[in-house]
Amino acid sequence: MISSVLAVELAYWQQTTLRVIGGLVAILLPAGGLVYVYLFKMMSFMQSRLGPMEAGPYGSMQLLAEVGKFLQKEDIIPTKADRFVFLGAPFVVLLSTFLLLLVVPFGPDAWFVDLDTGIYFAMAVSSISVIGILMAGWGSSSKYSLLGGIRAAGQLIAYELPMILAVLGVVIQAGTLNMNEIVFAQANGEIFGWGGIGNPYIITQFVGFMLFLVAIQAELTQPPFDMPVAESELVAGYMTEYSGLRFLLFFIGEFATAGVFSAIAAVLFLGGWYVPFLAPEHNLYNVLGPLVLMAKIFGVAGLIFWFRFTYPRFREDQLQRLAWKFLIPIALVNIVATGVLKVVF
Amino acid sequence: MIAALFAQISTGDDLYVAQNIFWWFIAILMVIAAIKVVTTDNIVHAALYLVIVLAGVAAQFIFLGAEFAAATQVLVYIGAIVVLLLFGIMLTRGSLGDEELTDNEQRGMGALVGLMLFAVMAFALVDGFEDVVLPEDTRNLVEVQAPIDTTLDDDTFINVTRGSDTAAIGDAIFEKYIVPFEAVSVLLLAALIGAIVIARKE
Repeated sequence: MISSVLAVELAYWQQTTLRVIGGLVAILLPAGGLVYVYLFKMMSFMQSRLGPMEAGPYGSMQLLAEVGKFLQKEDIIPTKADRFVFLGAPFVVLLSTFLLLLVVPFGPDAWFVDLDTGIYFAMAVSSISVIGILMAGWGSSSKYSLLGGIRAAGQLIAYELPMILAVLGVVIQAGTLNMNEIVFAQANGEIFGWGGIGNPYIITQFVGFMLFLVAIQAELTQPPFDMPVAESELVAGYMTEYSGLRFLLFFIGEFATAGVFSAIAAVLFLGGWYVPFLAPEHNLYNVLGPLVLMAKIFGVAGLIFWFRFTYPRFREDQLQRLAWKFLIPIALVNIVATGVLKVVF
Repeated sequence: MIAALFAQISTGDDLYVAQNIFWWFIAILMVIAAIKVVTTDNIVHAALYLVIVLAGVAAQFIFLGAEFAAATQVLVYIGAIVVLLLFGIMLTRGSLGDEELTDNEQRGMGALVGLMLFAVMAFALVDGFEDVVLPEDTRNLVEVQAPIDTTLDDDTFINVTRGSDTAAIGDAIFEKYIVPFEAVSVLLLAALIGAIVIARKE
């Protein structure tokens, strides 16, 4: 993030305060938007019903009512639970989400940290949430929770590989791990010598994009990959014993992570904060960029939730087979093909 | 950027008090967590304390300006090894409440081995780097002259590119260290195939 706003030099604590506020907004705004637009409204329309209509115009205040409801509920801790592990688990899951957000660029100068390792860092910290889920599953001292936690861990381990391998294609093509430089590489790219709209990698890395979408669907434990929280088998999986604030934290974590993963997909494959016909160096992007990225987040998340509402649940063995025998080989072929084409052209 | 900021801690400038405080905070946290790993009776707690130690190592890498090493630390140790460890424990131990004592008579022996390992590593580090100071800005990518072996003549130097630049690490692995890299890859592949062969029941 820039150290001076409108030529006003900011002290370190002022910058830090701005970063914290910016981080909270960047986590909560897409999360809330996704819940309302997709979970409340799109899902309802797809099931031929109206969804929430009473709270606020067109049910738009429903989210505040829900948050208020969760905050009022009692925070129940099972007697036999491993207290510290049980209480800490939701925070570990949220920690992973916040760390993921760090490397997402919102404009040429609007970023939290301009890490050299960018996407590699994101892939690394995304795996921290598995620890939180295992803590929740084990600390709850409930059979449903334990089964859910183990299922989640097996699933997340299996789908981390295709996700990282899908990203590698983009990294090879852009020649950098830095998220902002990946955006610049797309903005300044050319399609057979025509640089009109840059070169969003969804065109050249379409296979990678599809693999990435499937992988994040599984990473988010959303249907059709929701075996860890399968309500008809495991009540709510690793979240079974949670109530009140801590359940809310898991809930926010799920949708915030959906938003952040959509942002990462938008940066990698859709050109991030860049829109065609406006040079990427333009200063306007520091204001326009977040809005453009937000629109792209909603585009990618729309696909994720569309799959969520339309496909039935897989079986556990089908899920593992899909990852190891289908997605990983395709990802490896994609990497080889990208590498060969990169050398040839 | 952040790494360059943190890297200045090692220049000994008193201005970076906050970094020094956090360094000590993380270091002490790591030591406490490391002691808890071996003293706690609950094996899942031990694995979770190990996460704190490993995350602390990643934080210390960031203090040194080595972002890539820090991300690798998180990816490999926290994201893969500890997760597999916890996964294994939960699959085999069943649910909460039937823990057994993780302590046994090997205590003294373990302490001895730990002490010896510490001595060897501390000696190797002190002997290898002595008073090499990190450059103020690790982003400048200046090739630093660092002695590889102080027991030899003083003119034995190796060109070390500072760890913060990922591209430099990639170049080093695929140019200078390509043979060891490939050798390790083949070794890991062999280990992988070996594991599959052992696990298969014909």
